[in-house]
Amino acid sequence: MKNNVSRRSVLGKITAAVAGVLAAPVAKAAKTVTEKVLVTTEAPKNYDPSKHRWAMAIDASRCIGCGFCAEACKKENHVPEGPYFRTWVERYIITKPAPDSGAARGETLVDCPNGGMHGYPEPSVPKEEIQHSFFVPKLCNLCKHSPCTQVCPVGATFDAPDGAVLIDPKYCIGCGFCIQACPYGCRFLSPVTKTAEKCTLCYHRITRGLKPACVEVCPTQARIFGDMKNPVPDDPLQKFYQNNLLVSLKPHLGTEPRMLYAGIDKEVR
Amino acid sequence: MTNEVANAVTNIVEVVMPHFEGYAYPNEATQQPLWSVLIVLYPYITGLVAGAFIMASLVRVFNVKALEPVYRLSLLTAFAFLLCAPLPLLFHLGHPERCYEVMMTPHLTSPMAIFGFVYAWYLMAVLLLELWFDYRRDFVVWSETTPGFQGLLYRLFTVGVMDESDEAAQLDHKYGHILSIVGIPSAFLLHGYVGFIFGSVKANPWWGNVLMPIIFIMSAMVSGIALCVFNYMVLTWIRRKKVDMRCLDVMGMYLFYALVLDAAIEALDWIHRIYSAEEGFQVMQYMAREKLFYTLSLGQVTCGTLIPLILLGLLQLIRRRVPELQRRRMYFASAMLILIGVLAMRWNVVIGGQLFSKSLRGIMGYKMEFAGLEGWLMGGVLLCLPFVILTVMVKLFLSERLPTDGHVPHRD
Repeated sequence: MKNNVSRRSVLGKITAAVAGVLAAPVAKAAKTVTEKVLVTTEAPKNYDPSKHRWAMAIDASRCIGCGFCAEACKKENHVPEGPYFRTWVERYIITKPAPDSGAARGETLVDCPNGGMHGYPEPSVPKEEIQHSFFVPKLCNLCKHSPCTQVCPVGATFDAPDGAVLIDPKYCIGCGFCIQACPYGCRFLSPVTKTAEKCTLCYHRITRGLKPACVEVCPTQARIFGDMKNPVPDDPLQKFYQNNLLVSLKPHLGTEPRMLYAGIDKEVR
Repeated sequence: MTNEVANAVTNIVEVVMPHFEGYAYPNEATQQPLWSVLIVLYPYITGLVAGAFIMASLVRVFNVKALEPVYRLSLLTAFAFLLCAPLPLLFHLGHPERCYEVMMTPHLTSPMAIFGFVYAWYLMAVLLLELWFDYRRDFVVWSETTPGFQGLLYRLFTVGVMDESDEAAQLDHKYGHILSIVGIPSAFLLHGYVGFIFGSVKANPWWGNVLMPIIFIMSAMVSGIALCVFNYMVLTWIRRKKVDMRCLDVMGMYLFYALVLDAAIEALDWIHRIYSAEEGFQVMQYMAREKLFYTLSLGQVTCGTLIPLILLGLLQLIRRRVPELQRRRMYFASAMLILIGVLAMRWNVVIGGQLFSKSLRGIMGYKMEFAGLEGWLMGGVLLCLPFVILTVMVKLFLSERLPTDGHVPHRD
């Protein structure tokens, strides 16, 4: 059998491999530079997203429905008036089953007047008919496989290396596809900028060492925020993960949210 | 009272705020659906393009001689509608001035990003070229015989290729044939991808459906053929000519078979939804029964599918026993009903998919505005625009005064 391995082909392959090894860091550096130049975020110039991995979790059993988080978010991020929210708090009321119905529980009533910013009206059912009642703060679910970034036709929305899902407002064409694709209703088309908007985890704050506004104002620590790559001593987020059984919203969609919840019912979606 | 009547149809008189039953995520409680009537028109117009092109391909690729009178008319119809296809998309963007980014920096995992390329390919590489090869020799002849500006236009359209020889004509024909073959999968791609835009949204159980691209392609073929029937009959009526009944019968036949396929696939879709009754089925059931009753049960199913199926099916069975006038009326009625039905279908998909909350706990109401960007007026203008363009094209390229060897209507 003829030997097909020639000196030329071996040398060629070695050269290609060396070139590849040498080119990889150059390409990576070029990509970082390009991203820095082309992508608009609210981070300071010296911020390195590859050194962080932001995450957030919700302990719904602690939420008292005060709505400070939703209000703080609106103010902090200049969210337009009206039905536009980067975060909101839903109230769930599960009634007792009708006698002799044989059901485990009654109906589920959900409301969220004005994002929960200004409290909730008296429940529409008498108190003695309520079996469970709880509040669920909602915001971007930080999906690992985010459908919103997948469908953006121009790549204006993207998964930042630090875990935040961001939108470049100078690039968004305002087609609304991401809003349709988000299963959790977390995005809206801003009537002011005519671009899509969403929770950024208060990117302008967290990249400067602060907590997101909603976390900052929460009086019961129902919202827990942290950096997975740089855990602080006695890290509340790590402790929360260790001490609770956790669920995500709409897991059947395969989006694998990194926003995890403790203390919610199956009715929450 | 008058106000109530007017508002029952649309919010002409005053803005009707959306009302909700149940719970919707706060961001969903906007005044009108994010994708409104413009996005209803976009797949409708694109579908008409694809269907009209398939109609023309029946002549070119499958050699259906009976359809020769409508060959050029179908191609021009496809062209006129294709020119208007991106307009609704463009107008609905929050930043239309950034639209070029879709082509300059496309995000390749997005079905919408592919639109720019598919559209450009279909317009430039397929339709425009096929028309040019088909018309080139005519342009040469017409440029020599037509005086004035119109003659100059024809001369411009030749792009300087003035060869009138038979060899050149044969070459034109050959390339036109190849383009037509390439055009069929391209037309499927163009409209299948539109279906995929909706079918790929897994967040929405009304849309996220593997059959969606196929449903869109089938309904596109049906609506495109119906549009060709409509255009042919209207043009004939305007010119006070006689309809070529053989051509009309064959168009009716293809319309019938396409409609049977379309109805079968859409029925399959519904049977699957009802049988599997997945999450959100209750909301969908409610929508079909209440919110979309007029557009779904009456518009799409009864007017757009059942009645044309019966009319066209009857004509397949007892065509010879039906007098010509009745036959013409039945074909025309079927085409009109199908055109309305497919528009209703697009409405049901696009608007229907946004009338319920993604929390699957609430239903929204929607009344279309009258004069705004997403209103009746704008919708009407965008629907009429392709017909205006087509009229100009028919004047320029299908005039009875221009001699031609091509496949044109009403040749004596």
